[in-house]
Amino acid sequence: MEPINWHSFFFLLFGALTAVFAVAVVVTSNVVRMAFYLILSLGATAGLFFLAGADFVGAMQLMIYVGGTLVLLIFGVMLTAQGPFISMKTGGGEWVLATIIGGALLGLLVKTAFSVEDWQGPAAVAHVEGEEEHAAALPAQSPTSAPIGLGLLGVRTDKLDPAKAELAPGMAGYLLPFEIVSVHLLVVLVGAAYLARTKKRREA
Amino acid sequence: MAEFFIETCGFPGWLGYLVTGIIQCVILIHVPLVGAMFFVWVERKVSARIQDRLGPTRCGGKFGWLQLLADGVKLLNKEDLMPADADKMLFRLAPYVSFCASFAAMIALPFSDGWVVQRMDAGVFFILAVLGLEVFGVILAGYASASKWSLFGAMREAAQVVSYEVPMGMCVVVPVVIAGSMDLVTIANKQAGLFTNWYLFHDPFTFIIFWVYFTCGTASVNRAPFDLAEAESELVAGFHTEYSGFRWLIFYMAEYGSMFIVAGLASILFFGGWNGPIPIADWLGLSYAPGATDWQWQGFLGNLLGCLNFVFKAIVGVTVMIWVRWTLPRLRIDQVMTTCLKYCTPLAAICFLLATLWTLSGVPFINDIAPRGVETATAEPEEPPAPPAVAALDTPSEER
Repeated sequence: MEPINWHSFFFLLFGALTAVFAVAVVVTSNVVRMAFYLILSLGATAGLFFLAGADFVGAMQLMIYVGGTLVLLIFGVMLTAQGPFISMKTGGGEWVLATIIGGALLGLLVKTAFSVEDWQGPAAVAHVEGEEEHAAALPAQSPTSAPIGLGLLGVRTDKLDPAKAELAPGMAGYLLPFEIVSVHLLVVLVGAAYLARTKKRREA
Repeated sequence: MAEFFIETCGFPGWLGYLVTGIIQCVILIHVPLVGAMFFVWVERKVSARIQDRLGPTRCGGKFGWLQLLADGVKLLNKEDLMPADADKMLFRLAPYVSFCASFAAMIALPFSDGWVVQRMDAGVFFILAVLGLEVFGVILAGYASASKWSLFGAMREAAQVVSYEVPMGMCVVVPVVIAGSMDLVTIANKQAGLFTNWYLFHDPFTFIIFWVYFTCGTASVNRAPFDLAEAESELVAGFHTEYSGFRWLIFYMAEYGSMFIVAGLASILFFGGWNGPIPIADWLGLSYAPGATDWQWQGFLGNLLGCLNFVFKAIVGVTVMIWVRWTLPRLRIDQVMTTCLKYCTPLAAICFLLATLWTLSGVPFINDIAPRGVETATAEPEEPPAPPAVAALDTPSEER
């Protein structure tokens, strides 16, 4: 029997879970069930990250995206709970529009994914004697997110090459835009809190 | 451990991993199950003593040891009720969501040096992230019950957990900054030696921040005085009003499992984890020789003692939570929010800044003046050698 590539197996499993629950989010009409399927879908994505050995990104996915769904869930319940279990009906026109947009995006992604020249399955990269491969057996030089993180911190690894000395003015990386965006977001949050709070009555 | 089965026992690869996974799951699931039994018994005895009562005395001998077994049988025999208007699927799923979150967080919780199912670089972060998912079970339960009491409880719980995650995250970052690692095994090993090496005594601000952490931890596992979600004086039983029998029991197992995790995390981050107040095991030579990769009985025994040490600390933490629950009155929901946003968060933020500055400037505190432990004198920059493959998880000592 040909040995099963367990890494691929779990990748396909988590990928299928993500896709199935994502479809379930679309076709469900109950807000809270939708949010629940969204949690499962995002959680399965976190599973994909853990499978790839990116523990930090996986935990981040759980905390930010799955945790963020929590707030969505609360608002879903609070804002729509006039009746016990309200269900949302989607009109035919919306279905058509959503199908066109979603289908276009899917086509774009599929085309991009299959246009990668040196596409290799995990089996070709690290297949050890019929055993399932260990995480350590993954290629050491595989592209990681480290350049992005360093870029955010102000170190552009792609510009460290002396051959590209003319690019040196861009060495500041993305730190400044990143900070501007984050401060902007903070101001927006503070402003939103100010606008939303209850106004105190002067006369009492 | 998987390598042990594959190489020594000659199992095929997939079977080795499967057997390893099953063994680890079976051992680990005893923590919430047996832990819940043990802690409920402790809670009943402690609360009884606090209220000048005796608590369970009859069932199973002098101290009512078997009371919980009787309770369990009773709960299993109860009728499984479900409200007619309930969202059936979510109602059934909600307890499992809670339990899975609590159980999954234990994957990254080390019980002794290297005795961890999956050692992660971002172990602290993983535990916090997964433990935060427990609230989903509560909210789903509250919503799916189609009961006003349940929904109120769930909404309160959501508000509370979302608020308390902020100061708790800040508190947890402080030991991470001091240790320079998010790996729980590394963090605990850096506190080896005498108790003065514990991060609790690292500087005055870590001492303060531990209490903030413990407050937020108590709030995040939804215990009194922060148990607004199940305030029985106002909301019947809050989110689990409509639950009975075994489904209700699963919520309780999740709650006690989370209490154990929060207390265990406190023990690793601030109390040195498996490194005792006095490094007796090291003095007796019960540790792995530096650089050793094979199995040694001294090291195994040392790790076993460390595991007992860790579990003891975690149980002490849980007992303090029980003590607090039966001593303090329940807060109102606005007081809960005030405690979090006006006291815990600023305090955590200030202590975080000052503790970081303290570490950065290298100001000595009692941990630098007091005599060092044996093996910290040899200041290994690298973490101690990973224990050999046979080191698996061990059951905590509360199994009788």
